[in-house]
Amino acid sequence: MNKLYSVAALFKTPDEIMHAAAKVADAGYEKYDVNTPYPVHGLDGAMRLKPSKMGYYTIAIGLTCMSLMLFFMYWVYNIDYPQVIGGKPLFPLPAFVPIMFEITVLTGAVLTVAVMLIFYFKFPNNAHPIHDSGYMKAVSSDRFGVNIEAIDPKFDIEGVKAFLSSIGAYQIDEIYFDEEEVNTKHRILDSKFVIGMFLIAGFTSISVYLHMNKALYLPPFDWMLLQHKVTAQDHSDFFKNGISSRVPVEGTVARGFMPYLYVGDPDGASDNLVNPFVADEENIALGKRKFLTFCSPCHGDLAMGDSRLRGQFPNGPTLHSDKLLSWTDGRIYHVITEGQNVMPGYKKTVTRKERWAIVNYVRTLQRALDAKEEDMQ
Amino acid sequence: MSNHETQINYTRKDLPKSILTFGLPLLVIGIVAAFFAYELDPIRASFNNIISLLLIVSVGMGAIFLVALEHIAGAVWSVPFRRIAEHQGFIFLATPLLALPILLNMHDIFEWTHTHVVMNDPILYQKSPYLNTEFFYARSIGIFLVMTFFLFTYLRNSTKQDTTKSNKTTKINALISAAFMPIFAISITMVAIDYAMSLEPHWFSTIFGVYYFAGTFATAMAVLTLLTLSLKSNGNLLKEINGNHYYSMGGLMFAFTAFWMYMAFSQYMLIWYANVPEETFWFLPRMKDGWEYLSIALIFIKFIIPFGLLLNRNSKMKPSRLKLASFWIIGAHIYDMYWLVMPTYNRMSGTEGPVFGWIELGFISLSAGIILVFYYLAANKKNHIPIGDPKLNRALDFRI
Repeated sequence: MNKLYSVAALFKTPDEIMHAAAKVADAGYEKYDVNTPYPVHGLDGAMRLKPSKMGYYTIAIGLTCMSLMLFFMYWVYNIDYPQVIGGKPLFPLPAFVPIMFEITVLTGAVLTVAVMLIFYFKFPNNAHPIHDSGYMKAVSSDRFGVNIEAIDPKFDIEGVKAFLSSIGAYQIDEIYFDEEEVNTKHRILDSKFVIGMFLIAGFTSISVYLHMNKALYLPPFDWMLLQHKVTAQDHSDFFKNGISSRVPVEGTVARGFMPYLYVGDPDGASDNLVNPFVADEENIALGKRKFLTFCSPCHGDLAMGDSRLRGQFPNGPTLHSDKLLSWTDGRIYHVITEGQNVMPGYKKTVTRKERWAIVNYVRTLQRALDAKEEDMQ
Repeated sequence: MSNHETQINYTRKDLPKSILTFGLPLLVIGIVAAFFAYELDPIRASFNNIISLLLIVSVGMGAIFLVALEHIAGAVWSVPFRRIAEHQGFIFLATPLLALPILLNMHDIFEWTHTHVVMNDPILYQKSPYLNTEFFYARSIGIFLVMTFFLFTYLRNSTKQDTTKSNKTTKINALISAAFMPIFAISITMVAIDYAMSLEPHWFSTIFGVYYFAGTFATAMAVLTLLTLSLKSNGNLLKEINGNHYYSMGGLMFAFTAFWMYMAFSQYMLIWYANVPEETFWFLPRMKDGWEYLSIALIFIKFIIPFGLLLNRNSKMKPSRLKLASFWIIGAHIYDMYWLVMPTYNRMSGTEGPVFGWIELGFISLSAGIILVFYYLAANKKNHIPIGDPKLNRALDFRI
């Protein structure tokens, strides 16, 4: 059933359409629109339109979604999975600001367009009555048109036609639309169909869950994670001490590893240990490299006790003291291995050869500061 | 969109008296205050002098940039205010007066001018090919000469066009502006680096020039808007200038307010996230001893409040509200410069926390006086509208 949508008039120049829009507005019509092939500046003024309120809705949408995003990030970082990343606080606001900004812009733009589609085209319809008409073809190429809708309270078909031709329209059309087509209820949105789909989805989910989890005892999403084997640092119900991995038998020596005989016995180390490496160029270079990596942060690059710690940790003492000068190589090796006071032992990070090389390098530094007569020659 | 040729009825009228009645006392107060400040507390005076200089460079050099921007973009809407911007560029000629005391007191302000400090500091030694006194003088003088050359070229072409009404001048101006743009970019970066960033010579931020430029653009636009609005209400301009033109000026201020925040936040966030001592030490003094409140206030003063003031369409179209926003933006720029410069004053003079007193007010008064008096000197008994510009008719017809 065809029904009258509007009476549309065409004009040839932008000046004419400005004039016509002002006339139509002044005549008291409310339901009308102007269509032009490109934005004509000042047309909103001629149509006596109030400034659009769209911007406020857009910013409201954007700020709402921004708040949701901020809450989501807070939930992830502080509630669900609190984790310190890069030494930053648990709620690192500056790092969130770019995300908040992008979310505001993105949702503001996308949702505004979506809302406009729903309002103007009555989604899921994607057509407007004037789309399929000669009028639309004209105004989307090189003509300017105004159309007054039949639902306007002042509408009266002959009167409108006469009015439009009096303000200079060169062509006047009646635009009809198929009421059935516009008002068609799309079967995909039929309430029975939609409810049926939800029911099927719910039924499938629940039955799969019951079957897998309750009947077969298969947890759905982490089959790979849960395997019947002992993983590292796992709790053990089998062993008495509750640790899943076993401690080696006492006295076991790993391959390529030499046990240290003077644990807790600095005097023994001092008396009995002898440096097995000759202090040649290569050995001292190795010692220097390892010293700069492991020792210099606290003892200073030249072992003067001038650390780079800036008071965040107790300063290491100088290695040029009389005490250190009188120590044997074995005693220094013992301190590197076992640690002393707040200094930790380095036997796990520095190998035996490297520790002796550091001892050689420390000796070199000491001699450089306190050189003997024959070194000068 | 009308094609009819409007005859432009422009009659020259004297500038509003208020420019001089406000400007001269402010200038005199400023000069006296500056003189006493240099006598009593030369270090604090020098730092305030830098704030004034950065503000005057923003207003003057920014105005030259606005003129060049119009030419290179072929903008039509801004033609009626171009002559005001050109006269505003004259304010740039005051920079030597402000720079001279700084150059004479360089040892009090700039750590890198001390040879023994530089020789014992590997970082400063590496930077010394750029940061040395001779090259510093050369840069300052060079920037001043180049900008003055462009200013007078634009002004001469524009005045000539008043009588010739030739379209050729417009085309030549576009070519000149193409050369101006890269030179301006380098110049304003150098101004920012030399007079603001080198106060902390160990620190560097590659975005610093853009940071200063963002504030510069908004400030130059704000001063131009204020001048336009007061000249319009005094009847010096054409009656066709209306809310549509004001809307575009407000829109540009709005855009560059947001742009400033973008730059400032980019700088802050990268330094905050990387957390390297070489970079963070610049922000540390701004986060203690009372500066932390000023730093947080900066976000509100320079971004959130002007953003709100200019967001609405009416706020850009109504002269009274636009005036408020323009004053606010200029004040925010002064606040921003204070925030950039004064923590170094704390370090150099051994004081703690932000200081504010008659010295600061005196130098702000000096800057305001310079802006008003130099504009008066430039614009008195001149046309305020480029009446010969072929684009003027279209510009007056401008609709948003």
